[in-house]
Amino acid sequence: MSVALLEVRGISKSFRGLRAVREASFELPEGSINALIGPNGAGKTTIFNMVAGVFAPDAGEIVFAGKPIHGLRPDQVCAAGIGRTFQIVKPFAGLSVLDNVMVGALLRTKSTNPARKLANEVLERLGLGPKRGLPASSLTLPDRKRLEVARALATQPKLLLLDEVMAGLRPTECDLMVEVFRELNRSHGTTILLIEHVMRAVMALAQHIGVLHHGEVIARGAPAEIVRNPAVLECYLGEEAEV
Amino acid sequence: MSRASVALASLGAFLAVLPLFAGNYTLSVATLILYFAYTGQAWNVMMGFAGQLSLGHALYVGVGAYAAGALFFHFGIGPWAGLWLAIALCVALGLVIGFLAFRFGISGVYFALLTIAFAEFTRIGFDHFSWTGGPGGMFLRVAQRDTWDLANFRGPPLMYYYAILFLTAAALGFCNLLLKSRAGYYWQAIRENEEAAKALGINVFRWKMAAVAVSSAMTAVSGVFFAFYYNNLFPEQIFHISRSIEIILGPIIGGLGTLFGPVLGAAILTLLSDGITEGLAAVGWEIPGIKQVFYGLVLLAVVMFLPNGIWPALARKLKL
Repeated sequence: MSVALLEVRGISKSFRGLRAVREASFELPEGSINALIGPNGAGKTTIFNMVAGVFAPDAGEIVFAGKPIHGLRPDQVCAAGIGRTFQIVKPFAGLSVLDNVMVGALLRTKSTNPARKLANEVLERLGLGPKRGLPASSLTLPDRKRLEVARALATQPKLLLLDEVMAGLRPTECDLMVEVFRELNRSHGTTILLIEHVMRAVMALAQHIGVLHHGEVIARGAPAEIVRNPAVLECYLGEEAEV
Repeated sequence: MSRASVALASLGAFLAVLPLFAGNYTLSVATLILYFAYTGQAWNVMMGFAGQLSLGHALYVGVGAYAAGALFFHFGIGPWAGLWLAIALCVALGLVIGFLAFRFGISGVYFALLTIAFAEFTRIGFDHFSWTGGPGGMFLRVAQRDTWDLANFRGPPLMYYYAILFLTAAALGFCNLLLKSRAGYYWQAIRENEEAAKALGINVFRWKMAAVAVSSAMTAVSGVFFAFYYNNLFPEQIFHISRSIEIILGPIIGGLGTLFGPVLGAAILTLLSDGITEGLAAVGWEIPGIKQVFYGLVLLAVVMFLPNGIWPALARKLKL
């Protein structure tokens, strides 16, 4: 058993009485690829936002690399080594693709030349190299999703949180993206947590899967176990879940 | 050298030799243009770069002017010392406003209202502050206009022209550096999308405060220039919201967030205002308020047809 990079212990969050997440716990081993799945409204993005510091959990603890991070601001969480993407993409529309990624790269290096070099490398890795000079506002949705990933990667995270980056991609584009994450995980040892509806990607990537339903973690395990789990089949995958 | 640097160098050279063949009137118009270019550039750091709309920049011009002006008026202390007091006061004020707004999540138009409020109550405060003359104003001694007294910043119009030319050029260079530095990238990221900026590790509060500090410090300098160039200060004039609007029109017309937008905008607006006055006088239309109508129509046209300002479109045309 490897050391846990991220430990989430019994976190809960309510919005005006609605319990979005209740006592969710899981841990991500260092260097692993993990997926969080579940129906819409299950609380996946809420968990993401708590880990990323958008809001603090009402109860529970989040420990990253041995240090508690619940209650930190998003910028502090990012500085601690957690990069994230947004489900609804948030590009810096008026800036070029390269400048978007440079903003991320400037977290670890204060001067622009090394940041530009890093940003260019990340763009190449994601296949956005030829589009570096375009304004981000001119990108198509799949490219904007790639840009989200590129920006987060440029902050050189130890843990990468991916919020539905495959949604809207064609199967071949999806496979390319999967390859990018595998390679990243292999070469940099980056731990990955993805929220995903595209089961094709989840099954291809994830070593561990957590299933969320009505704010609770109802199952955890390897992909092969999850697809046979009766509770998961009932609430989420459905009977015809052939993956 | 790129086309842009050749163009910039030519413009600089032209402005440097302009006094050789320009009369006093032309020189005063040029001084006015450069004054608005410089002040617009200062405002642009906050709005154009970092996306924080200040509608109360007259506050910093006024406080800067009164700070250096009062030191000179009461104690005979020249502007080179007064400058630092002006900058310190303006930065402190800016940081108070920034803290109130950014700490408590006041943004957009509400932030703009806060900036107006501060400018307005400072104006009222100075109206009741007899040490600086109250509503009757403060008048700096104009001892001589023949020789350059750089220590006290007293001298002929030519001295002021070169001073503001230097300031404008320095501000341009400084803003260019800022824009290409980490600060510039971070400010633009905050302007474009604050949530995304935070997620990339940017301490949004700190960088917004930095933008306010830089902008208010630069504007303080323009206040000191104003005090020693015009020599008379009235709260009613210097803090008035119309002064704040005057400052921001140039960068908006010229191109928000661009380096040359404030310069171009200041030139166009000042020349236009002068041109309309003279044009109307020539055709004999001396109807009160008609100048403002023409002025407004031109602004309307620019905003309608070039919503990003004139400079971006012009730069494309000229391949700069």
